Amino acid sequence: MSENAEKGFADAIKRRIDPPVAIAFACIIVMLLFGSLYSSSFLSPEYLLQQLKVASFLGVIATGTMIVILLGQIDLSIPWVVAVGGMMSTAATGWGPVGHVIAIPFGIACGVALGLVNGFGVAYLRIPSMIITLAVNAVAQGLMVVHTGGFSPQDSSSPAMRALATGELFFGLPNALIVWAVVGAGAIFLLNRTTFGRAVYGIGNRERAAYLSGIDTQRVVLIAFALAGGLSAFGGVLLAGYASKAAQAMGDPYLLPAIAGVVLGGASILGGRGSYFGTVAGVILITLLQSILSVVQMPEAGRQITYGIVIVAMLLLYGRESRTR
Amino acid sequence: MREWRFWLAENRSTLVAFTIFIVMFWIYVANHPAGFTANVVQTAANKGVLLALVAMAQTMVVLTAGIDLSVGMIFVLCNCLASQLMAGDAWHTGVGLVLVLAAGAACGAVNGLLVIVGRLQPIVATIASGAIYFGLALWLRPDPGGADNFNSDFADLFTGKLFGKIPASLAALAAVALVVWVPFSRSAIGRTAYAVGSSELSAYMSGAPVRAAKLVVYTLAGLLAALGGVFLTFLTYSGEASAGNGGNYTLFSIAAVVLGGVSLFGGSGSAIGAIFGALMFRTIGDLLFVFNLDPLWQPLFQGLVLLAAVCVGSARVFQVRNRLELFP
Repeated sequence: MSENAEKGFADAIKRRIDPPVAIAFACIIVMLLFGSLYSSSFLSPEYLLQQLKVASFLGVIATGTMIVILLGQIDLSIPWVVAVGGMMSTAATGWGPVGHVIAIPFGIACGVALGLVNGFGVAYLRIPSMIITLAVNAVAQGLMVVHTGGFSPQDSSSPAMRALATGELFFGLPNALIVWAVVGAGAIFLLNRTTFGRAVYGIGNRERAAYLSGIDTQRVVLIAFALAGGLSAFGGVLLAGYASKAAQAMGDPYLLPAIAGVVLGGASILGGRGSYFGTVAGVILITLLQSILSVVQMPEAGRQITYGIVIVAMLLLYGRESRTR
Repeated sequence: MREWRFWLAENRSTLVAFTIFIVMFWIYVANHPAGFTANVVQTAANKGVLLALVAMAQTMVVLTAGIDLSVGMIFVLCNCLASQLMAGDAWHTGVGLVLVLAAGAACGAVNGLLVIVGRLQPIVATIASGAIYFGLALWLRPDPGGADNFNSDFADLFTGKLFGKIPASLAALAAVALVVWVPFSRSAIGRTAYAVGSSELSAYMSGAPVRAAKLVVYTLAGLLAALGGVFLTFLTYSGEASAGNGGNYTLFSIAAVVLGGVSLFGGSGSAIGAIFGALMFRTIGDLLFVFNLDPLWQPLFQGLVLLAAVCVGSARVFQVRNRLELFP
């Protein structure tokens, strides 16, 4: 019986694997092999665990990005929502013992609030997501500038945040990686096993059809953006814990990698198509690419160019649309 | 009489943008300590023209229902390039100018080819190509700086005043609009660009030159962004590969396009509207200073105005009778 179950499981996996995810994972292996030609430490467990730990910050942020992209929308407010998450949680830390306890949830709650504004604009006011998230990004930036300049809040993170981002609970597994695994498992469950998740895919394919089949599409969009805001802010909380302080521009380097990671994982930017495993592959791929480029001591200019070319090349491999005919 | 009405209907969003800008600018100069003087206008114009050029670039692509997230990076790349090439005597400066503009157009054409031949979504294609352009800019100018023999006389021609009154930058902007936008929007290619934005499938079915129009649109976007980069070099005499600048100009250009009444869904609006959108966006930032508010509040104020502006456009949602119309 167990053999049958195993076979069924293997078949299920085979059916689930789509070419983009396979290509992305293949690229990860190829990159590691190339790296190992340069230095054998690329295949050491320490290096790999370190990379996974770094990837988990991007992974948490990209989880939210993916949900929004599955809807066929985009979230350009990532940079400052990440910063809000980091800065508000460190600010809460400065409020004394109570602040230490509520720091992490408070940071996430601020992100959820900004996500709700995004979602309300997209779902109920029908503003294109690109614009409203841009505006919310600008407002979040303004709020943080006033916040830091006017109130000089604490910017160092609480011990709990540091432990979450840099500590190890058991077997040398970084806590950040465990956090990503939990978030990822939650996302997989949400997307594949709940009506909400199926509604997200449905809306991404055709919102009108989803609406006509009785889904409250506006509420789903609202919740999805709130989730994305919360996850971005959570990423910011982790980053603040990792660097042990929060800074204004801390979210800037995460917008493009988050979107690129989701798209490299085979999700369609038009929505309705994509799996979480793809996002995992895309995020690891981007982290690894950045790491290898910095290990071989390529100057920043070359890194940017290679980074762009690799993304274009991978998109040309499988991100193409069908021809107009 | 009827033609006049059609013209009004077609250009309504542009006229609204123009009116709002005039009102805002009037409030600005009325409260400016120096009042309505040539110097005040010149400073405002120089800042506004930079964004206006990049916003025009963005408009080109947005008209076809695409988006170019690399305009800011092309702008920065051309700024770095111009700071190296536009040096020496008049002849060398002229050649340098042509080379910079050609480089910008080439960057735009690459974007176009990625979208047309590569069949990639504009948003992801330009994110990736933007990284490449920024890398090139960093390679040209690892540290901010300018050429020793930079032709500053030539630069001052475009940032100074004509006849001691009119800002030269505004005249240059008007010339660009006349030479690039007017012929484009009246040509078959330009009309096709609008048609592609309304419905690419219908445009294709009607036999319009869809691919040519898209290529022209992306190339012109690159060219206009390059003009913006050249103008930044005129202002600063130097080049800087600043990621922050590139990102900001990309984001501001989208904001300016929206404020200028260009639909992000494509097919409606004009680059003239985007110009006023850009000038409006800059005036919003300047308004704070004349009211003596703490500069600390400037980003928040700018963000809130932007948020309010995009929400105003959604008033039609409350007029919809059939909820199905909400879901196109």
